[in-house]
Amino acid sequence: MNRARQSPLNTLAAHAALITWTAVALFPVTVIVVNSLKTRKAIFREPLALPSPESFSLIGYRTVMKQGDFLQYFQNSMIVTVASLALILLFGAMAAFALSEYRFRGNTLMGLYLALGIMIPIRIGTVAILELMVQTGLVNTLAALILVYTAQGLPLAVFILSEFMRQVSDDLKNAGRIDGLSEYTIFFKLVLPLVRPAMATVAVFNMIPIWNDLWFPLILAPGEATKTLTLGSQVFIGQFVTDWNAVLSALSLAILPVLALYVIFSRQLIRGITSGAVK
Amino acid sequence: MAFRPRLHVVVFLAPAVLVYTAVMIWPLFNTLRLSLYTAGEGGRAFAGLANFATLFGDPRWSAAFWNALGNNLWFFVVHMAVQNPIGIALAAILSQPRLRFAALYRSAIFIPTILSFVIVGFAWKLILSPIWGIAPGMLDAVGLKALFAPWLGREEYALTTLALISVWQFVGIPMMLIYAALLSIPEEILEAGEVDGITGRAAFFRIKLPLILPAIGIISILTFVGNFNAFDLIYAAQGALAGPNFATDILGTFLYRTFFGFQLQLGDPHMGAAIASAMFAIILAGVCLYLFAIQSRMRRYQF
Amino acid sequence: MTRSGRIGLMLATTWLGTALAAGAQEVTLSIESWRNDDLTIWQDQIIPAFEAGHPGIKVAFTPSAPAEYNAVLNSKLDAGSAGDLVTCRPFDASLALYQGGKLADLSDLASMANFSDVAKSAWQTDDGAATFCVPMASVIHGFIYNKDAFAELGLEVPATEAEFFAVLDAIKAEGSYVPLAMGTNDQWEAATMGYNNIGPNYWKGEDGRLALIRGEQKLTDEPWVAPFRQLARWKDYLGDGFEAQTYPDSQNLFTLGRAAIYPAGSWEISGFNSLVDFEMGAFPPPVAAAGDECHISDHTDIAIGLNAASKHPEEAKQFLEWVGSAEFAALYANALPGFFSLNSAPVAMADPLAEEFVSWRDTCKSTIRSTYQILSRGTPNLENETWNASVSVIKGAETPEAAAARLQAGLASWYAPQK
Repeated sequence: MNRARQSPLNTLAAHAALITWTAVALFPVTVIVVNSLKTRKAIFREPLALPSPESFSLIGYRTVMKQGDFLQYFQNSMIVTVASLALILLFGAMAAFALSEYRFRGNTLMGLYLALGIMIPIRIGTVAILELMVQTGLVNTLAALILVYTAQGLPLAVFILSEFMRQVSDDLKNAGRIDGLSEYTIFFKLVLPLVRPAMATVAVFNMIPIWNDLWFPLILAPGEATKTLTLGSQVFIGQFVTDWNAVLSALSLAILPVLALYVIFSRQLIRGITSGAVK
Repeated sequence: MAFRPRLHVVVFLAPAVLVYTAVMIWPLFNTLRLSLYTAGEGGRAFAGLANFATLFGDPRWSAAFWNALGNNLWFFVVHMAVQNPIGIALAAILSQPRLRFAALYRSAIFIPTILSFVIVGFAWKLILSPIWGIAPGMLDAVGLKALFAPWLGREEYALTTLALISVWQFVGIPMMLIYAALLSIPEEILEAGEVDGITGRAAFFRIKLPLILPAIGIISILTFVGNFNAFDLIYAAQGALAGPNFATDILGTFLYRTFFGFQLQLGDPHMGAAIASAMFAIILAGVCLYLFAIQSRMRRYQF
Repeated sequence: MTRSGRIGLMLATTWLGTALAAGAQEVTLSIESWRNDDLTIWQDQIIPAFEAGHPGIKVAFTPSAPAEYNAVLNSKLDAGSAGDLVTCRPFDASLALYQGGKLADLSDLASMANFSDVAKSAWQTDDGAATFCVPMASVIHGFIYNKDAFAELGLEVPATEAEFFAVLDAIKAEGSYVPLAMGTNDQWEAATMGYNNIGPNYWKGEDGRLALIRGEQKLTDEPWVAPFRQLARWKDYLGDGFEAQTYPDSQNLFTLGRAAIYPAGSWEISGFNSLVDFEMGAFPPPVAAAGDECHISDHTDIAIGLNAASKHPEEAKQFLEWVGSAEFAALYANALPGFFSLNSAPVAMADPLAEEFVSWRDTCKSTIRSTYQILSRGTPNLENETWNASVSVIKGAETPEAAAARLQAGLASWYAPQK
């Protein structure tokens, strides 16, 4: 490709646009984190100022730390998110493969059935889900959350993954079959690596709502030992809360771990998304 | 290829179908079934379509429903008109070869997407607050103080403001998907275009855009489904009554308020289920439209 | 004693201790509540006080956010995973739980004798035959003001409507304070701290409230429209951009010393105490003319009941008996100034602002919020409609008469005595 066609003016415009949007994207997060480090008066007097020696304060963090075991909450959130994602990707990819690869009676119907779940918020089924968890003794366990999130994530995973799996060339799979590979080997060794970008997409789509969900932790696992980070920080944003130091600190504590994880994994994520393309 | 299900097909499908049926479909089905009943004397009584008759026939219920549906449509229109074009533009800029700091921009722009609604709602309320003065202060600094209004509190602006906040949060998703689609366009096609003298902006509109149409289609349908299931941002920012004067009430908040109740209003699972069924029908219609009308036409462009 | 002997003794006592504990069968009761702000007070003061007197019973306080409480509690009760003790909202929300068999009948609890019929009315069946929650506290409405600001501007506490608006005009003219700290973004303040705060003086408290329930008065009658007329005048004294001002915004506006008067509920007291660095005072809602009889909203707000499906009903009842005792009343009222005990036993309070609020009980007649009993049972919901109407009246989007007519039409559409 002719790389010389990028004029400096074009490049400048590109950077200007990207810098503008980056600033817009980061501004609210910065406001929260910066203000969490200031005294109450300073927050309200000059919300945009950086903390100075006079206005610096960690009082909010102290309040928050006294109230709950944030390390434990963080660990719970991690377990739930990672386990749910693993199950969504595995089960979702398997089902998507079956749907896109094999022609069997009821294929289309099964596809539609699995897609139904995209269309109704699972929250509506709360009471029935809770009853199910009570009957199976899973209330106040992380397993309850993992099951719900897996079920909730599957429809979209199947939908996206089967779109992509249809594009995997038949020649490759048929060559595998001629070599005597089992269907399972073809799936795990040939097809899965090829749909990695799609898997990354599904992972991102599902990770966010799972990590940030407030509703099911509140209903299914509100116990101290199973509280997630989002639920733990919600305690500070109730109706009667005026302690903004604590609120801002709790929010910062909820943001920073996700942010750190994201920074660590974003490289892999992008590589995953683009690997199919640049090969 | 087999024409009858073989064992491995069952093995591939079983885990997903089992978990999905037990934890999602069965509870949802159980709930939707409630829409055909009412709470009568000593338990629940079969009522046929009476709840739907109330929802669409009673002037109060139907006014609330159409208001929520109209707001929801506007919410979707704002996303389609703002979020997706911005996402495509950002992806197009980012996919320029040899752009410096591309990875940095990409990561930064995606950050709002990973934040919870609680954080987003709180942060924006705080920035737009007329009292805190971040937004008014900034407008003042550039001499545009007169432009400031308490947007979230005004009926005419509140919904659009919230829709734009949602756009801010989710623009990273179309950006990422389009970015991946753009990178997957084979070099040969672009080079062939260059030979014909199609470069730069023309290359984007005449060669790349048609090729990423399927990706744009998927994004549109995801936006549609996401918007018509939306709830959390409105709830976090404006509460279950979706003020001011229901100007930000969308189907999700209407459903929540009806199903679970609010303040002194007791929850009505039967009417709630009726609303949920209506939502389900609307989304189903939209998805079918996409699958049958749009996607089948777009397939022709696929390579 | 030899070393081995000492170890032997230690082992023996350990064994004995374990055996005793096992014999007593320690029970843990958990409390469902929306008061997540009170978490530390329960953990540090109330629960230790109970556990000290009741070995073998442990108590865990597990609150959820107020906005989600009803939905969360109902889901848990339906599925059978709710805590043993349930904090009760007043009137219909709890009544529905009792009628649905989720809350146990507590009529024969000994400590119920410590509460007047009025105190219990919010947690009884309509005929008063069964009581299902032990009353904990009521909250009183009024106005909290910045004493320093009043002194600085040379203002007197207003007693009548005319004086009230004169004070507001003076604050506004001087310009350094926002006269009234209230916004309409969250809606409920306009109805709760607005309409139901000032209203009882116009509809004569209980007289008007009961007349409305009996269908003898209508919401379009003058006593019910007049408070809206007052609210319509508030607009000019609220801060810039009050339309988007949230409840925490208002609290902060006042506690940072930027506003002079805060239309309040007494529950604010403990929170405000820890935030302000000026002196606060309080005055009851102003009356129309000097010497008029005054009425205050002294709203039965919070109680606690027994989950009918609790596995430890006996222990839970012990806890409830304790909640009904004078010991709990004194502990709770002082730990949370602004939540006033409903117990018949007099409670001494240390907080001057709380004392000020509760002193109005001596000079004014008490009533509860007009929309809470019976009238919010149907659709449209009168309480929610009142939020909406109060906001639109304050904003000037609807006239007081039109708002009242809309509320009346909504109520009449389902409530037989008003048809």
